[in-house]
Parts: sequence; structure tokens; C-alpha cells
Amino acid sequence: MSIWEYANPVKFMRVSGAMLPWTVAAAVLCCVAGVVWGFLTPLDYKQGATVKILFLHVPAAMMAINIWVMMLVASLIWLIRRHHVSALAAKAAAPVGAVMTLIALATGAIWGQPMWGSWWEWDPRLTSFLILFLFYVGYIALWSAVEDPDSAADLTGVLCLVGSVFALLSRYAVLFWNQGLHQGASLSVAPGERMSAIYRYPLYLSMLGFFLLFLALLLIRTRTEIRKRRLAALIAREMRT
Amino acid sequence: MIELGKYAVTVWMAYGVSAILLVGLIWHTVAANARARRELKKQEDHG
Amino acid sequence: MIALLKRDLVLATRAGGGFGLAVAFFLILCSLVPFGVGPQSATLRPVAPGILWVGALLSCLLSLDRIFALDHEDGSLDLLATAPIPLEGVVAIKALAHWLTTAVPLIIAAPLFGVLLQLPAAAMPMLVASLAIGTPALSVLGAFGAAVTVGLRRGGLLLSLLVLPLYIPTLIFGTEAIRRSAEGGQAGVALMLLAGISAAVLALVPFAAAAALRINLR
Repeated sequence: MSIWEYANPVKFMRVSGAMLPWTVAAAVLCCVAGVVWGFLTPLDYKQGATVKILFLHVPAAMMAINIWVMMLVASLIWLIRRHHVSALAAKAAAPVGAVMTLIALATGAIWGQPMWGSWWEWDPRLTSFLILFLFYVGYIALWSAVEDPDSAADLTGVLCLVGSVFALLSRYAVLFWNQGLHQGASLSVAPGERMSAIYRYPLYLSMLGFFLLFLALLLIRTRTEIRKRRLAALIAREMRT
Repeated sequence: MIELGKYAVTVWMAYGVSAILLVGLIWHTVAANARARRELKKQEDHG
Repeated sequence: MIALLKRDLVLATRAGGGFGLAVAFFLILCSLVPFGVGPQSATLRPVAPGILWVGALLSCLLSLDRIFALDHEDGSLDLLATAPIPLEGVVAIKALAHWLTTAVPLIIAAPLFGVLLQLPAAAMPMLVASLAIGTPALSVLGAFGAAVTVGLRRGGLLLSLLVLPLYIPTLIFGTEAIRRSAEGGQAGVALMLLAGISAAVLALVPFAAAAALRINLR
């Protein structure tokens, strides 16, 4: 066992253990404040009360994509530098990302029912999210199917790389296939297209809240994975002696 | 009570579904962590 | 490498190799669809390109796990890994063998199934062309999926879960090319994008597949 394999998780456990209470507190505070503030915003003149769904839908959608990007970076770090914590963090992030994608899809469908008149439209953005969800499911399934932990980390890392390319490719292929109903980016930087400040600030806050929530869950889940790995190592050592 | 107009059911449903999913995720995370911690502790005390 | 290709082709075509099964599956799929959606040509015609492509996708999927599984079981994959040819070449040859034994019969038989599904005659050349251009990508991506899941118990189900999302861009551009030419439109853009995907997949994915194989053989 090299020094990296042993020292890094220990250091991670110490740092993350110290960070965890603060992260959890900040996540709870921002999530609750952002969503409650969003809930108390006045009705939109066009969408009525359904505008309140925005404060769940947009942060979840943002995290769904960003968590995949984080998994890609973590997988690359594992494949290149062989930091075990990195591979475990990618593994720990995947279910969170899948749930975020599911929330974005569910809130989108519920919002679309009165607005577009149907629960599901094969709109490019919705379709891309469905595809992203499929990639998350495949990734998680591969992690649970491979027994040897290092092989599992390698294979899922390669899958994450290939999957990223194809998720992006699908995004543009789907645009070619069907032009959609979905409105453009909610937080456009072009002046004149921005949503008014009463919606924007609570949205920023709930986005921050969702990010902190992901961070807290990621820390806990990675700690779980490290503990499981250590447990397996201890059992293996006992079997040898 | 906040005025939700004719879309009250829609809004509550969206918040409800999201809450269920998030609570499920958090519960799973915390439960798995507690189980791993417990099992690890047991193993360390033994050996 | 030629020898490897010959060996794979012989293994696939002799008894028990499953040669022709994909075409039979394709035939069954295409004859089941009218029972599901109704026999009127007005309903069949718009869905025909999609059904034909999805059918081709699923038929390809059937024989994917055979690409590496048999060689992994009898240990010849380990021999190939230590052979003087690069593993990327082995993957490419295996994918080529899969394409020749599975996809080529499909491409030849496809116009027949197009007739069954009331596909307009004007779209037939495009059906053959889009399948001919798109299926190599299916075989190579399938080889990647097979390489990832090789040694796994119950790898077959996982294989389809991993590979099918990767087929989405190919499926979209393939059906779009047929649909556009069936409606008398310009199919060139879709066909070129399809060719682009196939070319990129052929060039890059064998490396990913070989990496996955090395991990699994470690």
C-alpha cells in the first residue's frame, strides 16, 4: 500500500468531518430561505402561480448538468492521478445527480400540464434530460455490477468519458430532430430578456441552496464510501490472518 | 394563506414530488452513512 | 488481423453461431408492428422509418454480447491481448466481424421490410444508404459496451442499458434522413451528420473499448 492510498482518505475524512456541520447548516438555511422566498413571490401575470415551480425546477436542472460535469472531472482525476477519493466522489455524486434530473423532469412535467396542455412533450430540453437520466442510470448500474472496486472505478470512468461526449452529441442531435416549446435559458445575460428582480434574487438563493445541498450530500456519501472501503479492507486483512 | 389561484394543485404537486424525492435521497444518504459507520466500528472493535 | 477476421466470421457462420438470427428477429419485429398499430398504410407509412431503425438497433443489440464473451470464456481473449497486434486493432476487427455478420444481412434485407411497412419507394435508396452509413457506428459502440461488460454475470441486460443511450444520435439522424427523403425533402444534411458520427465513432471509440478490455483483463 502506497502512502497516497492511505494518507489521502484519512486527510479527506478529517477535513470533510470538520466541514460537514457548516455545509449542512448552510445548505438547510439557503434551501429553505430560497424556496420559501420563491414561494412568497407575487403571481406572474402570464403563468400565475406556476411561476413558483421555477425555484425548484431551475436549480435542479442546473445541478443535474453540473453534477455530471463534476463526475467527469472526478473520473478524469481518478484515471490520470489514481486518487481513490476522486473515484469514490464520482460514485457518490451519481445518485444525487440522478435524483436532481428526476426532480427537474417531474417539476417540468407538472408545470407543463397546465401550460402546454400535456404532461410530456418531446421537446429538445425535456428529451435531453431524459437521455441524461438514462446515462445516470447506466453509470450507477455499472458501479453496482462490477465487483472489484478498482476495476469498477476504471470502467465507470471510461463510461463517464464516453457518456459525456454522447450526452452532448444527443443534445444537439435532439435539436436537429425537433424544435421545441421550451423557453430559453432562464438567466439570460442579454439585457431586456432578464426576468425581473423579484424572481431573480430568490432564484439565485435557491440555486445556491441546491448547490450546498449537493455538497453536503456529496461529503456524506463519499465518507460512506470510504468507510465501506475501509471495512472491506479490514475484513480482507482478517481473512488473510 | 398565500394566493395560488387556479394553479394551486399544480404548485403543491410540484413541491410535493420534489420534497418526496429529496427526502428519499437524504434519508438514503444518512441511513447508508450510519450503517457504514456502525459496521466499521464493530469491525474495528473486534480486530 | 486478417486471420482473426476470418476466424470470427467462420465462428459466427457455422452452426450455433447465431448467423441470420438478427435478420429473423428484424422480420418478426417488422411483422409485429402492424398488429400493434393497425394495418392501414396511412398509419404505417409515417412510423416506418423509425420502426426500421429501431428494429435495426435491437437486432444489432442481440448479438453484441457474443463479441467478446465467448473469447473471454475460453481464454483466447487473454491470448489476443498479449498478441503482437494492438488491442485497439482487435476491437476494430471484432466490430467489423460483428458488422459483417449482423448488419450487412440487415442492410440487404431492409428494403424488403420497408415494403412490409409501406415505406415509399422513393425512400428505399435512403433506407439502404442510411443503414449502410449508420450501422458501423452501432457495431463499434456495441463493441465498447461488450468490452465494458465482458466478464460480468448478467452482463447482457446491463449491456443494453449502457449501449442504447449511445445509439440515440445515430438513430435520430438515420430516421431523419429516411423521413426527409420519404417526404421528398433534402436528406443530405442528416446523412452527412450521420456519416460524421460514424466516422468519429470508428476513429475514437476503439480506444475506449480497448481501455475497457485492458481493465477487465487485468
